[in-house]
Amino acid sequence: MHLRVSEGWWAALGAAGMSHERWRALPRTARRAVTTGVWLAILLVLIAFFGVWKTTALALAAVVALLVVPVWTRLPYGKFVVPLAALGLAVAYPYYFGSMPQVPIFGPFPQVSTMVVMMIFTMMALGLNFVVGYAGLLDLGYVAFYAMGAYMAGWFASSQFAHQKLDFGAVGLYEGWSGFHISLWLVLLMAGIATAIVGVLIGLPTLRLRGDYLAIVTLGFGEIMPQIARNGDSLFGTGFNLTNGTNGITPIDGPGFGNWAEQHLHLPANYLNAANFDSLYLWTAIVLVLITVFCSLRLRDSRLGRAWIAIREDETAAAAMGIPLMRTKTWAYATGAFFGGVAGAYYASYKSGAFPDDFFFNISVFILCMVILGGVGNIWGVIFGACFLAYLDREGLANVGAWFSDHLHRQIDVPKYEFGIFGAILVITMLFRPEGLIPSQRRAAEFHEGVHDEPLYDAETAGA
Amino acid sequence: MATNAAPVTSIAARRTVGSYAMPAIAALLVAALVLWLVINFTKGPAYFFTISFIGLTNGAVYALVALGYTLVYGILELINFAHGDVFMLAGLFSASMIDGVFGVTTHSSTGYLVLAIVGSLLVAMVACGLINATIERIAYRPLRSAPRLAPLITAIGMSFVLEDIAIGWKGPGYTAVPDVLPKGNVFSVSGVTYTWEKFIVVLITLPVLLALIWLVQRTRQGKAMRATAQDRDAAAMMGINVNRTISFTFLIAGALAGAGGLVYALYFGQIRYDTGFQLGLIAFTAAVLGGIGNLPGAVLGALSIGFIQAYNEGLNWHAPGSNWTQSIVFSILILILVFRPEGLLGERTPEGG
Repeated sequence: MHLRVSEGWWAALGAAGMSHERWRALPRTARRAVTTGVWLAILLVLIAFFGVWKTTALALAAVVALLVVPVWTRLPYGKFVVPLAALGLAVAYPYYFGSMPQVPIFGPFPQVSTMVVMMIFTMMALGLNFVVGYAGLLDLGYVAFYAMGAYMAGWFASSQFAHQKLDFGAVGLYEGWSGFHISLWLVLLMAGIATAIVGVLIGLPTLRLRGDYLAIVTLGFGEIMPQIARNGDSLFGTGFNLTNGTNGITPIDGPGFGNWAEQHLHLPANYLNAANFDSLYLWTAIVLVLITVFCSLRLRDSRLGRAWIAIREDETAAAAMGIPLMRTKTWAYATGAFFGGVAGAYYASYKSGAFPDDFFFNISVFILCMVILGGVGNIWGVIFGACFLAYLDREGLANVGAWFSDHLHRQIDVPKYEFGIFGAILVITMLFRPEGLIPSQRRAAEFHEGVHDEPLYDAETAGA
Repeated sequence: MATNAAPVTSIAARRTVGSYAMPAIAALLVAALVLWLVINFTKGPAYFFTISFIGLTNGAVYALVALGYTLVYGILELINFAHGDVFMLAGLFSASMIDGVFGVTTHSSTGYLVLAIVGSLLVAMVACGLINATIERIAYRPLRSAPRLAPLITAIGMSFVLEDIAIGWKGPGYTAVPDVLPKGNVFSVSGVTYTWEKFIVVLITLPVLLALIWLVQRTRQGKAMRATAQDRDAAAMMGINVNRTISFTFLIAGALAGAGGLVYALYFGQIRYDTGFQLGLIAFTAAVLGGIGNLPGAVLGALSIGFIQAYNEGLNWHAPGSNWTQSIVFSILILILVFRPEGLLGERTPEGG
């Protein structure tokens, strides 16, 4: 853990138009006065919200944490302390969130159902991070993968195809069921593989395009997929109902371990019938996120991951070093698509439906915003960005809006401006901190030194 | 790598196969399209022409927006995502001007109608030009030397901000524009009719396009734009104020979007916060189809897309219908980028025409 306080300070000064040099040039008394003023203001704000005693306790806790945290990194296995603590807090969340205090402005802590969505979006953001963060390819159509995963769940874990009858380990079947019902665990895997194949199919013709063209083509695919979903209730006039049109496919089976596992292992037979439905979905989502994080970390340090980063930094040099550009990029695409598909299928199961209106361009930008705000290419940053923005989307903005209405006595519908706020976040992040809030050091260096990534495509056409 | 051992001749042979396959597929696609059009034409020539006029009108509106994309791409190599939303704001401006400021109704005299349209056109063009130049100043200029995806991301962000400004201003529903254009026939020959409202769209679009071509090709400022597009550093060394030229380009692009917004609002009669995003993507496709950075190419591409859209939505024999318009437009975009990334007119410089 590095202390980021000083960096944040310089960023704030820079935003106020005060460069490093100009700050140094001020007399020492003036500098001290400003710093003291800032700390006093922070203290006063804290006291205003919490009262004197809580603020003192918080300040003491912060001091202790700051003193203690750096020591952990020097211990053997010390780097696992913070992630494991975060994991423990997340797993135990359903047991203690009810007794958490109100946070100023943001209101109560998020519901468990919101936590599930946060975890699912974390997984999607980590999937997009393979494409945008590691390989440096801007993908504006990530929602297509999410949609593909959701519809895979819709096809193979619901009664969509009424003329078929197939049961393969599904739970919660009722009398007179029809359609494909495959165990959701298997469907998650199938969705991931199918989506990865779609990713390869999309990638093969388009990945040799230059960065911004690739962005627009992926955007095109992101718009085509939901349109197929909307019009898919009678494809080309044949009457074949693939996607059930605008009504979407619903309901979709839940995951579960079956009756045998419930009796012998005390695992839930069917999530949908369990009393702690949301908690079960949360824990499963956390496991999925853990798998994604593991794959992200291992792939990043693998031969393939280093090839991705080389392409991101300089495509021409990477090609000259013998990295096969197309194959490496396609792998990035397929990997990102895989996790997007799994997350999509899981989300469809949680919502018990796949609806075409969920798959708009907005969602692509929403996920992109998570990756960019948190820190392009850095897993911890992406997790933070995804959790924070998904929370804002589900509860945070509404709570903030309510707070504003109460305190300013003006009715402001904050959630209405949600995507404008996300757009502003994108702009402000790119202008003032392009590497994101929690960047990877390598990526930050690229942004500040200004990599001039003239891609190979240009060179080819210029020579032709 | 393992392929190093392969003899040179085999590489040459592989290239030949590949270089025949791609044009063959492209030729097949074009042939199928032409066949479909011919069959539709023989089934009802008069109806086909009527549909074509709709296509011409659509294409005229797209051309105004596509030119903005192409101008900005030519000079900065940036896809200005916010451009479509500037266009949308222009539509809302025009709606307010015609409805609120001028108070035009269907009973207004022709002279007053012309005055109102020209007045709204000027206001929309100036306002949108300024908005576009401001966006460039705030969101793109600080990122000139950043990796090239950075300004693209701020462009997307600005696009959402503009949409929210529109939501805050007019609400999320459609804003209706009074239906003031005359509906009479310009001519009607053996079942082929051409109405005044369509003709007026072309009447507004054409002078704007001509003025733009004059500006880029005949004026000093246009020369500066072309020079900056070719080589920014060299242009700066020749004494061109590059920043001002880029600002000017954004101003012109915004003004074109302003004109497009007015025409759209008048002709289609309703506009909403996300109209610009959808239409912007279509217009961008048009710009790529024509060859991005190429001004006549953008017009050609826009007209092609306009015709394709009209035929798709209007023709009777095996037309996919309006539900599929977007998918078709994007498929065209993808096919163009795969088969002929330099576009129909084949040049990647803005001084093309």
